[in-house]
Amino acid sequence: MSIWEYANPVKFMRLSGRVLPYVIALAAICLLSGMVWGYFFVPNAENFGGSVKVIYVHVPAAMMAINIWGMMLVTSLIWLIRRHHVSALAARAAAPIGAVMTLIALITGAVWGEPMWGTWWEWDPRLTSFLILFLFYLGYIALWAAVEDPDTAADLTGVLCLVGAVFAVLSRYAANFWNQGLHQGATLSLDKQKHIADVYWFPLLLCIAGFVFFFVALVLIRTRTEIRLRRLGALQQRERMA
Amino acid sequence: MIALLIRDLRLAVRAGGGFGLGLAFFLIVVTLVPFGVGPQGDILARIAPGILWLGALLACLLSLDRIFALDYEDGSLDLLVSAPIPLEGVVVMKALAHWLTTGLPLVIAAPVFGLLLHLPGDAQGWLVLSLLLGTPALSVLGTFGAALTVGLKRGGLLLSLLVLPFYVPTLIFGAELVSRGAQGMATQIPLLMLAGITAASVALIPFAAAAAIRVNLR
Repeated sequence: MSIWEYANPVKFMRLSGRVLPYVIALAAICLLSGMVWGYFFVPNAENFGGSVKVIYVHVPAAMMAINIWGMMLVTSLIWLIRRHHVSALAARAAAPIGAVMTLIALITGAVWGEPMWGTWWEWDPRLTSFLILFLFYLGYIALWAAVEDPDTAADLTGVLCLVGAVFAVLSRYAANFWNQGLHQGATLSLDKQKHIADVYWFPLLLCIAGFVFFFVALVLIRTRTEIRLRRLGALQQRERMA
Repeated sequence: MIALLIRDLRLAVRAGGGFGLGLAFFLIVVTLVPFGVGPQGDILARIAPGILWLGALLACLLSLDRIFALDYEDGSLDLLVSAPIPLEGVVVMKALAHWLTTGLPLVIAAPVFGLLLHLPGDAQGWLVLSLLLGTPALSVLGTFGAALTVGLKRGGLLLSLLVLPFYVPTLIFGAELVSRGAQGMATQIPLLMLAGITAASVALIPFAAAAAIRVNLR
């Protein structure tokens, strides 16, 4: 019994079909309770007023935006090394979600920045590197869409994902060097002094968990759709041959 | 491999202005900028490093899709892949030929264009140095993008979308090096970073590009 058994599409479909309702339920519970707690039962912060509550969307979305590329990196590596099709399809399924998460982080950040910083957009290193990350996502999705043969597309996007990961990180530090930041430092930290107050932390934790489950559910659904699409294509081809 | 380099250079020259075209494009960009932002010397001098770097980047980008496309169409890329030299070496030579036809002319002509944009005299050296260090990275990364899109029919726009994000760190450090040099500030960090990015790209990217070509010709 090893984890690689689930690289078999049939087994993957069976397992993911069974797990999916629970993941959706967990996502719904976490997101609903976290959002309601965060938006209605948390006091306003001293300096920020009600606008502090944007963190319940902004922070989880931003975390997901970065980590989804990491997940794509791992699945691309698995595809390039072990040639499991489900892995490549999962990377493909995750990319648009990552792009949307990046966009959510950028937009909620702009909405928050307008009253707080007095500007919708600032060429701050964090903001800039997120914009660049968004461009990387767009390129990745466009390459998937442009190549017709699915295996070739999976290979090419896999290589792009690996090189892109290096350059996305590099761009982050280059942007850091290039301009002084307006964005506050890390809110979540193991260092208790810097860490956000507990009142805000617990609902935020719920929201982050909710976003993670939500992402897993979406990836599973989209990967299942891709697998079904492939099967349909194979069936149609067989039909034509006969 | 030397023969391949000479062949590519000869093709670039004979196909009509391999050296001249990039330069002419660069000249047009530099000419258009004062129309856009006004002829005041102080503004031009301040934005000159960025404009020159952007011009170099665009001139490089425009010629990227020709790196592999022609060889792919007439089948000589298949021969190169099956030739008894490593494909990574072929990629390096292709990138070198691209740099010699677009990057190097820009580096040599850059002081003239800097003059047009009122770039102060002591910044000229920094401009040439930054372009000399940075443009090889642009060519190599562009070769990677061209390798990814070699089999596609309408790869042009996609190629730009893929390659431009990769140019961000080079552009940042390159333009920063010139503007710091112009203001007499410490230039060690951008200088080392720019050189480091170029060295790492030249050393590692050909492997990724060769992998992409192998996939595309499968």
